Amino acid sequence: MTNKIKIKIDGKEIITDQGKTIVEAAHENGIFIPTLCNFAGALPKGCCRMCTIKINNRFMTSCTTPAAHGMEVENNTNEINDFRKGIIELLFVSGNHFCPSCEKSGNCELQALAYRYQMMVPRFPYDFPMKSVDGSSPYIIKDQNRCILCKRCIKTIKDDLGRHYFAFKERGHKLEVLLDEKMGKEISSALAKKAMENCPVGSIIFKEVGFEVPIGQRKYDHKPIGSEIEN
Amino acid sequence: MEKKIIATTSLAGCFGCHMSVLDIDERILELIELVEFNKSPVDDIKTFTKPVDIGIIEGGCCNSENVEVLRSFRKNCKILISLGECAIMGGLPALRNGIPIEECLNEAYINGPTVGLNTQHILPNDDELPMLLDKVYPCHEIVKIDYYLPGCPPSAELIWDALVALITGSKLDLPYEVIKFD
Repeated sequence: MTNKIKIKIDGKEIITDQGKTIVEAAHENGIFIPTLCNFAGALPKGCCRMCTIKINNRFMTSCTTPAAHGMEVENNTNEINDFRKGIIELLFVSGNHFCPSCEKSGNCELQALAYRYQMMVPRFPYDFPMKSVDGSSPYIIKDQNRCILCKRCIKTIKDDLGRHYFAFKERGHKLEVLLDEKMGKEISSALAKKAMENCPVGSIIFKEVGFEVPIGQRKYDHKPIGSEIEN
Repeated sequence: MEKKIIATTSLAGCFGCHMSVLDIDERILELIELVEFNKSPVDDIKTFTKPVDIGIIEGGCCNSENVEVLRSFRKNCKILISLGECAIMGGLPALRNGIPIEECLNEAYINGPTVGLNTQHILPNDDELPMLLDKVYPCHEIVKIDYYLPGCPPSAELIWDALVALITGSKLDLPYEVIKFD
């Protein structure tokens, strides 16, 4: 039997199982904490900092912090929301996120978070980095302009032997997620589709079919991200 | 109530945002009760003839003329609005950012597959032509911008709601569906 524990998020008491992370506990109890790099079924990494919360006046990532009995968490406060908005803005200026030409627009988690936090313009200057696009795979376009280095594709897209299709290359500001040249040529169309779905932005695009869902019927056209969790 | 004066311009844009202004349909009759247009492609007034309350900018800055026009808007308008993705982040023209300007010109006028008539390989260099900037700049990186209306183009609802709120001084409460980047 698992031990039940109590934690408080923004003053609201919730009950959860010991060993769950704060993000899991919150989402199960209808409280939305935004995430980007976190992906259900994969180990949390805590690299995007979107799920930042405050415990004991310290900023923590809620996807990597296990819930502990009696914990008091600050989540939906002006300070934290502005911090999260700042992260979204940084992601927008550090890549080339041109929504009108992106196939993922309307289904993109980064864009949806920008809508939710009402980003009208980033407070930082645009970087306009020069990035490459790899279309060598028969089923996938890997566009580095839109990659936010969340590692979700690396963690979730593997072949039967457990080999990864995607991997990090270089470090620091040169860091990129690459699709393995040889494996990319052999990837199945189903797995390529899954890769596009698992990518939070439009960095992995499935070839041959484009703009399948019309404007007005896309995931985030009418309801903000997180509204499916909140009660 | 005295009519507010509005000026608009399209810098490095496609006029799509101006088209979206026209998408307010019959409300344009209400709009002309509230505002008077000054320098704008809508009425074809070329220069500012009086102080303007609200300046609406479409498009980013890709050449020296854009910068000059934008600065004259800042000088003559009390409030400036960046309308649409190009004004806010450079938009489609900003796809050239990161590529050296010489490479862009060579591709467009010398090496491109459709430049057959330019047999002498001339790059446009007339004094009358504005100089291209090293990259396409969002408007707020050139002058101070007061408000931003995103979208490609921003929906007529967003433009209408924002303008009415600004003119009448009423509270702006935007529904979720109205703010979109595409």
